[in-house]
Amino acid sequence: MKNNRPILLVEDDKIDAMTVMRALKDLKITNTLVHVYNGLEALDHLKNLNYEKPCIILLDLNMPKMNGIELLKVLKNDALLKKLPVVVLTTSNAEKDKTESFNLSVAGYMLKPVDYKQFVDVIKDINFYWTISEIPD
Amino acid sequence: MSLDSILLIEDDKINALTFKKGLGRVNNEIELIILETAENALQYLRNGNNKPCIIVLDLNLPKMNGIEFLSIVKKDASLKGIPVIVLTTSINPQDKINCYNLQVAGYFVKPLDYFELIESVFNYWRKSEFIHHQIREKSQPQ
Repeated sequence: MKNNRPILLVEDDKIDAMTVMRALKDLKITNTLVHVYNGLEALDHLKNLNYEKPCIILLDLNMPKMNGIELLKVLKNDALLKKLPVVVLTTSNAEKDKTESFNLSVAGYMLKPVDYKQFVDVIKDINFYWTISEIPD
Repeated sequence: MSLDSILLIEDDKINALTFKKGLGRVNNEIELIILETAENALQYLRNGNNKPCIIVLDLNLPKMNGIEFLSIVKKDASLKGIPVIVLTTSINPQDKINCYNLQVAGYFVKPLDYFELIESVFNYWRKSEFIHHQIREKSQPQ
């Protein structure tokens, strides 16, 4: 990534979170991964001034308590948090999810590949893109 | 659906040509539409089926500038779902913050390795999904 701030992963599935962690390690990406399990935990983390703001947010959609779309609606109405780039990483191929996500200005909507090698490729391209692009301070 | 069209809004013909060449090197199946002003781009986007997968936007444009264009697009229900990427010479931190507050999906500072830039944009966005109704009618006469 362009800077060394943490990556925030919002994901309720432990195995998927471990896969992201493993891919970051295999790609030698040094940003810390902060993992929270749903939208409410993500908001608690993002609003806590003791924590550094993430460089990007990787967001799952189907989660308990507060799902990804609900979290996006809160983030994009928050003057301080709306600038953070959010990349959706989901298994949902539903048109409704894509439309709602893009209308809430996500910076990418990636379907989670089942195959690990392809999963690593997705993380690699996300890292490459957000290394060349400037990231909000 | 996957990446099949890009709208580039760029008033500098040489930059536009460099982008076109670079894109041709990574993929020659993506349709690239180049418009020189934000006014023309708005008119194009509001005309029926002309919805590109992504918009690549220069900030320093004649008449309406890139930030003004972004403000309009993000308030338009039929356009706000199109990801906009900024490609600019501006290293002004305020421009960057304004653009991210206006929900850009990437902010790239020129001059940089154009080929590397286009390669990363292509590799990233070809892995992304898009809103289905953004399919363009390629056979439609312009």
